[in-house]
Amino acid sequence: MNRLVALLARETALAWGRGGGPMVAVAFYAGVATFLPLAIGPEPTRLAAIAPGAAWVALALASLLSLERLFERDYEDGALDQLVLSPAPLELTCLIKCLGQWMANGAPLALAAPVAAIGLGADPASAPLTLACALLGGLAFAFLGGIGAALSLGARRGGLLTAVIVLPLFVPPIIFGGGALDAFAAGLPWTGGFALLGAYALATVAVGPIAMAAACRNALS
Amino acid sequence: MSWAPAFLSNPERFMAFSRWAAPLFGLIAVGLGVWGLWLGFNVPDDYQQGQTVRIMFIHVPAAWICMFIYVCLAVASFLSLIFRHALADAAAQAAAPLGAAFTFLALVTGALWGRPMWGAYWVWDARLTSVLVLFLIYLAYIALRASLDDETKASRAAAILALVGAINLPIIKYSVEWWNTLHQGASVFRADGPTLAPVFLWPLLIMGVAYLAAFGSLWLVRIRGEVWKRRAEAAAMRTARG
Repeated sequence: MNRLVALLARETALAWGRGGGPMVAVAFYAGVATFLPLAIGPEPTRLAAIAPGAAWVALALASLLSLERLFERDYEDGALDQLVLSPAPLELTCLIKCLGQWMANGAPLALAAPVAAIGLGADPASAPLTLACALLGGLAFAFLGGIGAALSLGARRGGLLTAVIVLPLFVPPIIFGGGALDAFAAGLPWTGGFALLGAYALATVAVGPIAMAAACRNALS
Repeated sequence: MSWAPAFLSNPERFMAFSRWAAPLFGLIAVGLGVWGLWLGFNVPDDYQQGQTVRIMFIHVPAAWICMFIYVCLAVASFLSLIFRHALADAAAQAAAPLGAAFTFLALVTGALWGRPMWGAYWVWDARLTSVLVLFLIYLAYIALRASLDDETKASRAAAILALVGAINLPIIKYSVEWWNTLHQGASVFRADGPTLAPVFLWPLLIMGVAYLAAFGSLWLVRIRGEVWKRRAEAAAMRTARG
């Protein structure tokens, strides 16, 4: 147990501390969110209609950024070999790596999501739901992204490959989260989409580590 | 079908079987395709779709088969991952570009049909979107395979991705249906029997079998090519080692 706590602390510290940490992802998120009014036009009514969805899509893109470092860094410096040799099952190690990724990158992005949505003209009353969707969605993005990152270990252009692998898998959480936010904005019942988003996030937490561990073992074989 | 992988898992037997099966399936595909198209182009105009109903005989079987090919890809990937069977891996590798091609055909013919019927080449409807996502997953599979230099690692990583995709595809399909539905519901495979008039149903079914035979033939040819390529590489390695 101590070992796993230490691993979580290491992963969070690495994701938080090196190369600007979550600030890079948040800055990218702010940049994409700024582009939208520039491209679409500044009329408040038009922007407000797309604000929740636009903030949600930008969040998914921003969560792709730091995935490349999730396994690649440990793969290159040999730490991944050490993790495979440790008595803890590799599946659990992968789960903790993704949790660390979520805490260090997903959570700061989730905090930025309501700010971006309101900045684009969304109703401030939707902020709590935006934050909750971003937290749950971030969990799904981290675990799906972990699968992509582990599969593209050792590949040429690993970062781009990770994005190509992961984006089609992001479809269900994007739909469920966007559906919940849209329904809330329209005054309709939103709990259905939110519950489906939560279910999907938990399913990725349960199944993702198995695929990640298999991919890591394959990369190190 | 459970006998098929066991029977064909022996490469010698597979090569002997595919030597005559591939051209035979090809002949069936050409024969049925010509017959189905001839019937299809001679159907009366549909009262709603008019002439464009003829696109259906090219579009609908492509949409059927692109899902079927993913099932083949997933089963072959599973066999290659669990039993580390080289032939199953060659089958998965050979199926992916075919799947992408049939998916692309379904998307393009659907767009050509959508323009006169719905007034737009593309609408963001559930079925269209799930086929588009299927196409993206095929591309991701091909990209992953192409990006890893080590053949063994590439095949196992691609197999893991194919299985992750297989778990995800039903969820994607359900989620986009939850999101939006405009495409007409199924009219052939229904519990209460097809709702299509026989004059349209027959050419459609014939074309379906023709597509199936075409896929079978191309798949076998591609697997044979892959087996030969691997044999040539192994022979080159032996020669290099002296």
